This record gives sequence, C-alpha cells and structure tokens, in this order.
Amino acid sequence: MLNPDLVGRTVPGTTSTTISQESIDAFTRSLGETNTEVAPPTYAITITLEQSQSLLQSSGLDWSRVVHGDQRFVIHQPLVAGDVVRCDSTIESARVVAGNEIVTVRADLLKESECVVSTWSTLVFRA
Amino acid sequence: MSTFAVGQELTPTTFVINRAKLVDYANASGDQNPIHQSEVFARSVGLENVIAHGMYTMGLAGQYVSAIAGNSSRVKELSARFTKPVVVPADTDVELIVSTTVIEVNPDSARLEITATCNGVKVLGMAKALISL
Repeated sequence: MLNPDLVGRTVPGTTSTTISQESIDAFTRSLGETNTEVAPPTYAITITLEQSQSLLQSSGLDWSRVVHGDQRFVIHQPLVAGDVVRCDSTIESARVVAGNEIVTVRADLLKESECVVSTWSTLVFRA
Repeated sequence: MSTFAVGQELTPTTFVINRAKLVDYANASGDQNPIHQSEVFARSVGLENVIAHGMYTMGLAGQYVSAIAGNSSRVKELSARFTKPVVVPADTDVELIVSTTVIEVNPDSARLEITATCNGVKVLGMAKALISL
C-alpha cells in the first residue's frame, strides 16, 4: 500500500538523459517507421516509465505485479537527437479497487527549465 | 496538408505483430518484462500466452496518427486505455487494424478518435489524438 503522503509530491529527476539518434532510430524502426528525424510520439515512455518504476518501487510497490492501465502524452516540442532532458515525476493519484492498487504517475521531461513532453501513466498493481 | 471534416473516416492501416517484433520493441524501449517474450512466464502469471506491450500497440497507433498528420512532429497529444491484451502466439502473425475518425476540427488542429482491433476485438479504449494542421 502506497503511503498517501506521497500523493501530490513531485520528485525532481536527479540525472539527465541525452537522447541519441541511435536510440530514436531503434525505437522508430521497431514501430516499422523509417523517418527518424524526430522521435515518435510515444518515445518519451523509454525515459519516463523507468523513472516511474524507480519512484514506485522505492515507495514499496511490487513492479512484478504491474499492468499498464492507460497512457497519455502531451507533446509541446518533439524530442530530437541531442536533447538533454530531466524527468520530474509526480504521483497524482493512488486508490485501491478490489484489492488492486491503481496509481497515476505524471512525468514531465524538461529541457533546461522548459517542459517539452508530459506523460501520464496509470499503473495497476494486481493484488 | 489535406483538410479534415468532422465525422470523416480515414483509411485504416493493418500492422503485423509477431514475436520477433516484440523482441525488437523490448530492446528499443528497454521494457524487458518477460510477459512480452516468454510463454512459460506469461502462463505462470495467469496469461493465456505472450502478450504485446501495451505501449507497442499504442506506438503503432502513434505511427498511424503521425502518417495522417504528415509527420511525428505534428502529433501534440496521444492517449489510450489498454482494454484488452494483444495475444501473440509463437510463429504467428497477428494483425492489428488501426482506423480513425475526425471528431473535432479547429483552425490549426484536429482531434481524432482512434480504433485499434485485433481479431475483431478492440484493444485500445478512449484512444484519441490531437494533431496540428
């Protein structure tokens, strides 16, 4: 059970990720696409989900029981190779339904201080 | 850029999903959860077989929307609920059919409702995108 005090608290990312062309190429190709000029709309998940995982695991949730419930992306500026981004994470909500713990995490990718992509992931930790 | 009208249905695209593609996506995305690669593991946690990453299905829907918009940089919002798993048996090509209807047209943007089905079953719910025109 997630500590309710954690809901609403933003955890600033402590490390920066430099987005490489190789990483965009591999992600784009895995979706069957050849134009790799900008990252695909769902590319941010490669950074945000890992951050959400470490935040929720350190909060005591069992990642091996997780199922992805829903996902949303708001892209203010498409990611391109060479971008250096930091990921701030916020647990926006946590509730228990039929023994399953349903947590929504918002992750903001920031380039310097500007938010370029926001993602919301609802993760269901099965009982 | 083509013009869109509310209610317009755009041509669907069929994507082929198989085990090899799930391995590619796992490597490219870093999501190595074994339920997307190992039949033994998937069954051990109560699944009928290996299932595709929800984000892989959504990623394909994203590529479909990017193609409609002209390119990925025109996709401003994308959202979906993972309602049903895409089951991917060994040595099998599974077809994912993605289609869309225009639900809102603004001077500089359009909102799309996306439908993704696998064997006639909707696998994404509430799937929507906002594209710039």
